[in-house]
Amino acid sequence: MTGLGATMVRAGRRLLSSLPALFGVLVFTFLLMRVLPGDPAVFFASGPNAGKEEIEQIRKQMGLDKSVPEQLVFYLSDIGRGNLGRSMMTGQPVLKDLRERLPASLELTFTALLIALIAAVPLGVLAALRPGSVVDHGVRLFCALGVCVPTFVSGLLLIYVFYYLLGLAPDPTGRIDVFTSLPPQRTGFLSIDFLLAGDIEGWWAACKQLILPAVSMALFVIAPLARITRASMLVSLGSDFVRTARSVGLSWRKVVVTYALRNAILPVITIAGIVFSTMLGANVLVEKVFSWPGVASYALDALLSSDYAPVQGFVLLMASLFVLVNLVVDICYGIADPRVSIG
Amino acid sequence: MSEALLSIDDLHVAFSTRRGMVEAVRGVTLTVEKGEMLGLVGESGSGKSVTGFATTRLLDAAGRVTGGKILFRGQDVTKLRGDDLRQLQGAAMSMIFQNPRAALNPIRAIGLQIADAILTHKRISKEAARGEALDLLRAVQIREPEARMNAYPHELSGGMCQRVMIAIAISCNPALLIADEPTTGLDVTTQKVVMDLLADIAAARGMATILITHDLGLAARYCRRIAVMERGRIVEEASPRSLFSAPQHAYTRRLVAASPTATSRIEDLVTEEDRERYATVVSKPRAELVHGTPPLLEVRKLAKRFDQGSAAVADFSMTMAGGESVGLVGESGSGKSTTSRMICRLIDPSEGDIVFDGHSIGYVASRDFHRSRLRKDIQMVFQDPNESLNPRFTAFDCIAHPLLRLGGMRAGEALRERVEECAVRVGLPLDLLPRFPHQLSGGQKARVGIARAIACRPRLLVLDEPTAALDVSVQAVVLQLLDRLRRENDIALLFVSHDLNVVRMLCDRTIVLRNGGIVEQGESRALFDNPKTDYTRKLVEAIPHIETGEMLAAAL
Repeated sequence: MTGLGATMVRAGRRLLSSLPALFGVLVFTFLLMRVLPGDPAVFFASGPNAGKEEIEQIRKQMGLDKSVPEQLVFYLSDIGRGNLGRSMMTGQPVLKDLRERLPASLELTFTALLIALIAAVPLGVLAALRPGSVVDHGVRLFCALGVCVPTFVSGLLLIYVFYYLLGLAPDPTGRIDVFTSLPPQRTGFLSIDFLLAGDIEGWWAACKQLILPAVSMALFVIAPLARITRASMLVSLGSDFVRTARSVGLSWRKVVVTYALRNAILPVITIAGIVFSTMLGANVLVEKVFSWPGVASYALDALLSSDYAPVQGFVLLMASLFVLVNLVVDICYGIADPRVSIG
Repeated sequence: MSEALLSIDDLHVAFSTRRGMVEAVRGVTLTVEKGEMLGLVGESGSGKSVTGFATTRLLDAAGRVTGGKILFRGQDVTKLRGDDLRQLQGAAMSMIFQNPRAALNPIRAIGLQIADAILTHKRISKEAARGEALDLLRAVQIREPEARMNAYPHELSGGMCQRVMIAIAISCNPALLIADEPTTGLDVTTQKVVMDLLADIAAARGMATILITHDLGLAARYCRRIAVMERGRIVEEASPRSLFSAPQHAYTRRLVAASPTATSRIEDLVTEEDRERYATVVSKPRAELVHGTPPLLEVRKLAKRFDQGSAAVADFSMTMAGGESVGLVGESGSGKSTTSRMICRLIDPSEGDIVFDGHSIGYVASRDFHRSRLRKDIQMVFQDPNESLNPRFTAFDCIAHPLLRLGGMRAGEALRERVEECAVRVGLPLDLLPRFPHQLSGGQKARVGIARAIACRPRLLVLDEPTAALDVSVQAVVLQLLDRLRRENDIALLFVSHDLNVVRMLCDRTIVLRNGGIVEQGESRALFDNPKTDYTRKLVEAIPHIETGEMLAAAL
């Protein structure tokens, strides 16, 4: 298992080399927030009539009276101690807010990615098996539609059809309706927590809430995944080793799945990682439409009210997640492809 | 005729392309008896591989059998469907391909790949299939077969991969094996070992074999009967002996002439009709070098180590006089390409010095050498004529580029004249100059590559396998061209090749490399006729020989 070991070493090295980038993100976001117009002290003063002294006092309290470099040093030393600051909006520490909201975002994104992969890979394979056929054009049309309809439109459409017209879906107000008692928190993923608690009814309720936002997110990313699957499947099917497999009369299934698809799936892993990172940050629209209590909508609210700490915390979180996702992709790739371990 | 294992009758295969249907095979008729090895010889585009693929039903989607029959044991292969077809593939006939590494699944252990083939046709357990796969690895003489079962193709050499491919192909004891260029791209010694193995296995198992190759010598060595194909038709079918001694068809005559043999000279490579123009050049004697002339190139104790620490080249020294041609031969991994690139100053040596025309250039970093005024004196011709031309440059641009960069010329009439002069020099028709590489044939691209290299009037031309990707008839013309350049323009040639016959013809002296060190060197003819080391002898013996007139006479 030297291959696996080498992959781990590579992954570790990658993690270390991403630290400077994370630091850069930290400083950049900090400076960006200071450059953006808007004075948080004015915003958080008691009211529009707040006096000059009051604002000045809030400013002092927030440390905004100091110079920018000084503020940065304070900020960095806070980060070093694991303190992301306090949100003026919610009044809670940012770390606590993020910790509460991140599982909601992750659950949504994971589910959406899963749905997208389950739909995209077979679609891509079907399209590649019969290039230029009706199936191929159908898949292309579906993908084009998925990409050109914005997620908030498709989300609203889904709500209109499944909630308003058909009444199949529950009202789009968050992760669970207010009357259901929550399971003990273990993973933070409601659907898993319900299962662990053995509460099938609650699990079903959570799933019903989850399915529409997840589908509307998935629709948007099916296109890149299906297209890359198709392209790499075409290369794979035209390759010499698939011809070899056919020459010894392997069954169609074996040729397509074991020989062609397993090779074709490698680039899909990479793209799936990128898609996941993008979805995590960009799903604010879906979160807003479905009142999903995720981190992205939290960050947007904070940004609109010039609340520095949550935005900085959010960006740092996203950057770390991005590094982590890439790492996971790397490891998956190393396991899936024996050739990688050399590099 | 009813006993014939395979009989192909008036086969037509067409491919649908953007420019409409193109007929690749037009009326091929041939038979293969049980246990026979038939050679199917032709140059690229002759339709020999397509015939093979049509027989095993592996034509890609664009190709279609448009006429004729392929009878295998009396059954028409072209009409088989579904399960009947799968019964045939692998179990009754199988195929070995060119480029063995690509022909194996890169992410599946080779043991599993062999077992896949076995399990397709036999109802046995996975363990039993694994056992059989192990036996097959032993049968194809792979060392440490137990350990190799879990290896992936990228961990094996090309020759090893081809053995694995053979193991897969013979796993279900087919009656017919079609080997499509099975040893092209392998070293001569590996080529011999693999072909011997294939012939032994075929003989031991009574398998009929069709050997598809562009190498007449190889076909002559292993086949009793050879069919020569040209442009989709079989033009001649005969035993190797009569094919070489009395070729009937004009194409066969050209092909036989162009195939280098142990005794052929460059001027022999074309048929008598085409010879005259060249003969006048060769007859001019070369001016003897004045004694005491300093050498053009002197290489002293050159060494190159890559990151892993092991030396790719060590302690390499040589000298070359102006206008001399020196061959650098060896198997893959012997360091011949690395050496040639160091001399060209494309990579930096770890140790040692290169002195060109009295100037030490070994210490000039390769990335700065393009600024040296000696850059235009040392030029290179690369192996792959397709890859080494910029696809967005026309032939004219390709040849003009070094003149603009190194020759200090400006776009204008003088440049045009010089480019056309170079094109004429290498025999490239002037109306091809505005074309892009993909609109040129392999031979024409090779000419563009040579024209580009000679554009700045270099004094040393380093050629890295310049004819390896070319058909023999094109190779013959290119070799004559190179020899003429050397004689008329006094360009020294450093010729890197694994083809010993070619080196013997073109080069005055030959250096044999092995594992980065010089094994033997000397005057070409003497070295090949009387090799002093076992290694050189092995190399020489591995060349597929064509029985020449004298040998035939001796045999009679």
